[in-house]
Amino acid sequence: MSFQFQFEPVFARADVLFDGFLLTVQLAGLGILLGGLLGTLLALLRRLVPALGLPITAYVEVVRNTPFLVQLFIVYLGLPQIGIRLTPEQAAVITMALNLGAYTTEIVRAGLDSVHPSQIEAGLSLALSRWQVLRYIVLAPALARVWPSLSSQFVLMMLSSSVFSFISVQELSGAASNVEQDTFRSFETYIVVTLAYLGLAMVLRLILMALGAVLFPSGSGLGRLRQSAGNR
Amino acid sequence: MPVVQVDQVHKRYGPLEVLKGVSMAVERGEVVAIIGRSGSGKSTLLRCLNGLEPIQSGRIEVAGHVLDASGRGLRALRKDVGIVFQSYNLFPHLRVAENIMLAPRVALGLSKRDARARAEATLAQVGLAEKIEAWPDNLSGGQQQRVAIARSLAMQPKVMLFDEVTSALDPELTGEVLATLEALARDGMTMLLVTHEMAFARRVAHRTIFMHQGLLHEEGPSEALFGAPRTLELRQFLAGGLK
Amino acid sequence: MIRQFGIDEFIFILLSARWTLVLTLIALSLGGVFGFVIALTRVSRFAPLRLLAGAWIGLVQGVPVLMLLFLSYFGLALAGLDLPPMIAAGISLSLYAGGFLGEIWRGAIQSVPHPQWEASAALALTRAQQYRYVILPQAVRIATPPTVGFVVQLVKNTAIVSIIGVVELARAGNLINNATFQPFKVFAVVALIYFCICWPISLLARRLERGMHAGRPG
Repeated sequence: MSFQFQFEPVFARADVLFDGFLLTVQLAGLGILLGGLLGTLLALLRRLVPALGLPITAYVEVVRNTPFLVQLFIVYLGLPQIGIRLTPEQAAVITMALNLGAYTTEIVRAGLDSVHPSQIEAGLSLALSRWQVLRYIVLAPALARVWPSLSSQFVLMMLSSSVFSFISVQELSGAASNVEQDTFRSFETYIVVTLAYLGLAMVLRLILMALGAVLFPSGSGLGRLRQSAGNR
Repeated sequence: MPVVQVDQVHKRYGPLEVLKGVSMAVERGEVVAIIGRSGSGKSTLLRCLNGLEPIQSGRIEVAGHVLDASGRGLRALRKDVGIVFQSYNLFPHLRVAENIMLAPRVALGLSKRDARARAEATLAQVGLAEKIEAWPDNLSGGQQQRVAIARSLAMQPKVMLFDEVTSALDPELTGEVLATLEALARDGMTMLLVTHEMAFARRVAHRTIFMHQGLLHEEGPSEALFGAPRTLELRQFLAGGLK
Repeated sequence: MIRQFGIDEFIFILLSARWTLVLTLIALSLGGVFGFVIALTRVSRFAPLRLLAGAWIGLVQGVPVLMLLFLSYFGLALAGLDLPPMIAAGISLSLYAGGFLGEIWRGAIQSVPHPQWEASAALALTRAQQYRYVILPQAVRIATPPTVGFVVQLVKNTAIVSIIGVVELARAGNLINNATFQPFKVFAVVALIYFCICWPISLLARRLERGMHAGRPG
């Protein structure tokens, strides 16, 4: 075997890869923010308006049982057919928000369910409205308890953003395929890019852990819920 | 020759020394109760006798098997020494019969038929012959504990260790387990029991050992030890425990 | 020449689903063996082995499946193995499945209560016998619902190997779309077929999960 690793041509295009890296960070950041909000909102809505249960469940089930890639094709290639034109980046963010929204709905629902009914009764007996009970009594413990699951889902979402290269978004893996075609150093290129994803996933996990520690501080009741869920 | 011989055994969990040089001996057919406060090292001592806890120094010989800090020869020892735990620890995925037959079959290499015969015999011994096909979860705590005893007996051990076997049971269920233990003692089984049941220890155990702060603090024939405790610590313990 | 999206096109897509299923089965069986080794290694008494398995799990769960695919595709080519895309795809999906299944099964093994180890050790069982007769039967019970749940992830992730030219469902959709220019219809059909495969498996996983909490062993 005469193969010799040559990373120089790849590193010579570091600027392209770095731009891709930044775009991945931006797209994933935006997608996680929107998807997280959407999912939390839908989980709450389902609790408040029973009539919305069926449509929300349908949305969650359809998204969770079809590939992200196919969802991306429908949004980017399919929507123009009904007059909605999107740039690849817009399609990417929308698909991510819709996809992550479904997973988040399901995770947050589990969190809401884990809050004991007596807590809700206590809130109602203090003359709070159902919305107020959810907002002030149920939501924070629910999120604290599912924070570890949410964090894993967010990291998976960031990693899934690599398929945006399929619709020629120049994020990290899109940039990688450009560099690979220019340099003919496929293996080296993907080693570098894989390590970049690995680093990004680690940093994202750390950020989410830190965020969890800020939102649900240790020593508080919420912190205990977060930690007991994390240790399971 | 004693069937259990313990010499200068030291056991540490990190910086915490739980056994600080324990020595004792048990003769064949003897029933010995071990009492003491929680944290006195009595359960740890029992678990060391079965090699569940490695020791840092000293020497343990049980039924002719020597245990030292190296931990060799464990399995041979365990074929001859049974232990019953506070929390029964039946295997939830196996029926009562299979719970009992497993070790005779795979550890002793008995045929299925012989193992089954042992299961039937030991279950009859603990008075649960009719539960042979039951699932552990469908038994009461007392019944589960008696199955656990039968499971150990099926290995035909030379020594049986009982680690607070009634502590997890509701008061109305302890009686049936204690009766099983008493019957075993009458049959001449060599037994070491860590227990909180003082009346039982006094009546059934030939000898009682009081452990205090990782050491044998006082020992003697049960009647004498309970009737006329010599040390202040034992008097205080019995006064608190018998209240 | 633009074709209409008709019954022939539909059947082409539908038939291509068999490759999606074949890929899933390959990844599940190879990845299952691999994951089993990873899980046992992860709970080994030998620290370097534990670390190694942990590193693999960390790698697989920390990089996109797409990167695993490219690395095994180009890596195998460099090693002089000129494998058909289908095989390369199967291998990379197996590596991916091995990492995730290994972690799921490690969790299952470790959630068997510690006293079960002690009780079986006290009955003079060897470590292999403890696994075989006491620990693994209980771990399998615990691991079944999440394992079935993972199969759904696996089916969906097979779509990614369309990029190296394996004509499975997603790729078939692309081909038909290129010929008919009716992306909405085409990919809706593709999505529907995936849904028909995945949804029953999801429901099964959920039922097993509920059964676990409600039922008793046996």
